Amino acid sequence: MERQSNQEEVNMKRTVFLGALALSGLVAGAAAAATLDDVKARGKVNCGVTTGLVGFAAPDANGKWEGFDVAICRAVAAAIFGDQEKVEFVPTTGQTRFTALASGEVDLLARNTTNTFSRDVDLKFEFMPTNYYDGQGFMIPKALGVTSAKDLDGATVCIQTGTTTELNLADFFRANNISYEPVPIETNAEAQQQYLAGACDVYTTDASGLAATRATFENPGDHVILPEIISKEPLAPLVRHGDNDWGDLVRWTVYALIAAEEYGVTSENVKEMAASAGSNPEINRLLGTEGDLGAMLGLGKDWAVNAIAANGNYGEIFEANIGESTPIGLARGLNAQWTDGGLMYSPPFR
Amino acid sequence: MSSATDAPRASFRLSQLIYDTRYRSITIQVIALILLIAAFWWLINNTVQNLAMLGKDFDFSFLGARAGYDINQMLIPYDNSMTHGRAALVGILNTLLVAFMGCVTATVIGVFVGVLRLSKNWVVSRLMAVYVEGFRNVPLLLWIVLIFALMTESTPQPRDFREGGSASLLFGDSVAITNRGVFIPMPTWGDGAAILGIVLVVSLIAAFLYRRYAKKVLFDTGRLLPMTWPALAIAIVPTVLVYLAFSFTTGGVRMQLMGAEATEGQSVAAYAEANGPLSVCMPEGTIKLNMQRMLRANDIRYTEKDFATEEGAVQAFRNGACNLVSVPAASVAAFTEGTDLAVAPLAETSPRGKPLEFEKPVLGGFNFEGGVQVRNSLIALWLALSLYTGAFIAEIVRAGILSVSKGQSEAAFALGLRPNRTMNLIILPQALRVIIPPLISQFLNLTKNSSLAIAVGYMDVRATLGGITINQTGRELEGMLLLGMFYLTLSLVISGAMNVYNSSTRLKER
Repeated sequence: MERQSNQEEVNMKRTVFLGALALSGLVAGAAAAATLDDVKARGKVNCGVTTGLVGFAAPDANGKWEGFDVAICRAVAAAIFGDQEKVEFVPTTGQTRFTALASGEVDLLARNTTNTFSRDVDLKFEFMPTNYYDGQGFMIPKALGVTSAKDLDGATVCIQTGTTTELNLADFFRANNISYEPVPIETNAEAQQQYLAGACDVYTTDASGLAATRATFENPGDHVILPEIISKEPLAPLVRHGDNDWGDLVRWTVYALIAAEEYGVTSENVKEMAASAGSNPEINRLLGTEGDLGAMLGLGKDWAVNAIAANGNYGEIFEANIGESTPIGLARGLNAQWTDGGLMYSPPFR
Repeated sequence: MSSATDAPRASFRLSQLIYDTRYRSITIQVIALILLIAAFWWLINNTVQNLAMLGKDFDFSFLGARAGYDINQMLIPYDNSMTHGRAALVGILNTLLVAFMGCVTATVIGVFVGVLRLSKNWVVSRLMAVYVEGFRNVPLLLWIVLIFALMTESTPQPRDFREGGSASLLFGDSVAITNRGVFIPMPTWGDGAAILGIVLVVSLIAAFLYRRYAKKVLFDTGRLLPMTWPALAIAIVPTVLVYLAFSFTTGGVRMQLMGAEATEGQSVAAYAEANGPLSVCMPEGTIKLNMQRMLRANDIRYTEKDFATEEGAVQAFRNGACNLVSVPAASVAAFTEGTDLAVAPLAETSPRGKPLEFEKPVLGGFNFEGGVQVRNSLIALWLALSLYTGAFIAEIVRAGILSVSKGQSEAAFALGLRPNRTMNLIILPQALRVIIPPLISQFLNLTKNSSLAIAVGYMDVRATLGGITINQTGRELEGMLLLGMFYLTLSLVISGAMNVYNSSTRLKER
């Protein structure tokens, strides 16, 4: 109750003076502690995504956002509203994303963001389950004849500023005692343009991002991704500190997608399986035919059914957006289910 | 008279605060002040409260933490193990650099165009009008992005400069225009550079004093002494003489390359084959430059260890830090005797170097090496800021000139003054009074607009302190406050300095 009244006080103050305040972002951020209520009142989820990285988040020819990260936003919207279209996508750059989340401009950031200690603890964010285990790599034109990142002495490197890759890059070159020239850029599209124009020799970002970028080139075969992976980049959606209920909702929506793949629940058979209780109690609890996990999250019984029906389970989302059948062509690798030797592992739904 | 003392003593009543015009204005001001303070208190309190709710504190200690990121353009030494404070300083210097270059260029362009726009030549004045209207009426950001895109898309890549490539260096292989920037020769100082510098400064002062003297003679006696050529000669001739003197004396001295465990007269190529990887101790300056040229001409791969002085390099060589060093040819014997190491002179020598030499950019593995790289981001920002602000300054200059009454120039012509003298002695001094105050705000605009560097990735203070540092540490409030304070201070300094100049050109009233 103490917290609640404090909250109202801030809310009241906000309505009085909001416009005059240069720091209004912070005010709105603090005032949004009950995120789920705000989202329901607004009728849509504000979801921060990248400004455009094919396969992860990019608008298609009709302006409809699609991709691996976008699917997470859509699953959350579907879990809350039963309608995956109730999302407002907010494109953010590496530099603007954290401010957008901290200020309350977005409720959820699904923007291939690396989970790190300082972002979790010092920047006051809450990381959700990792949805893609990645690592930083280098892409370079084949014509330069470079086969190892250690031969990059003196190279000009395009790098998105405000990312962990920027710091990893500095560490890597320092550790190997070689020099480089960083070219700071804001977005993936800008990097692509600079790299193709030859304004930088090398482009470095997460290996998945490199594969996605290369897939959009005219001649993808002219570019190689060097074998060195210089960092661990567990990419995960994130929310603000301080609203655990909202964090739980997003966390278990992601887990629901992962668990659905494990139990063979797909976008095609989910409605059918949810129609009546089956023989596996775990699936029954997930799909709401037994118990009422949805109510504990403040959602309907069919929250997980809707989330899975939106774009399918984790495996389906992966295959449709970045999998081997797409131009990006990423193998599951570490991102396979734990039953297949990967790291995707959902805690029990119980 | 006595009635005055009988007047009732005015006793103060509270209602007077509102109804008495003597007090009312004070009352209103006090109330306004209280409201203002309350508003500020509310803002600050609200911020503090909300920061507390987010679990954030207000703390500037992040400035002392390790930055961890690299910056491409550094005017002072910096690497990623230094602090965020140092990174901010690097950014501040980059901001100052582009602001200074922009202000100077914009002023030159502005004065030039402003005068030409008043030209009687129809083509010239219309061309200038097109320039002014074109730049003044299109957003600055578009110009920055356009110039940057032109620089990156239409210029060759460094690898096009290789043999068989489509591009070649300009001005006797000394300037390379690439899509990563323009590489120009870097001045390198050698023996006698300090004396050369002192001579230059002294002769510049002498030239200035000569002009003052000529002006005094003109005003006192009406005798017109030649001004431009003598002043130019006083400024340049002594410096050239000193340069030539040093070039023919110390510049001719040869530096003998010495190798540890070498046989006397061995070539450096043979030495490299026999003794494995080469590391060379080099002092800063032209000695190093000439050694590099000599080693490159022999196609030798080596690692380089830099020292500030010759003694430092020799000492490090004696301690075994490297296996090659060079000493003046005359002192080879003393050098070999004074050490227990097996040291012998190799076949190669290199010149000691002139007081000032230029290091040309040379194509390396990925990029040009040596020389100064003027990055495209700097060029785009600098050109766009100068051309944009220059258009405004041109209009200010034109207005200033037009503000001087036509009678002034007619009177000057009647006295027989030629047009350029009329402009320099009659029109411009009067026009400056009108020009300078708005010029100050153009300088301020240009300085603040330099934060548009974000569009082209120029590493100014907004990009380091206000960009990467904020992003890595999550200290938005502190970072933005510091950034705001920096721009505020800079603007106040610029306008303070310009105001001093303004008061010196102002009409002196007695």
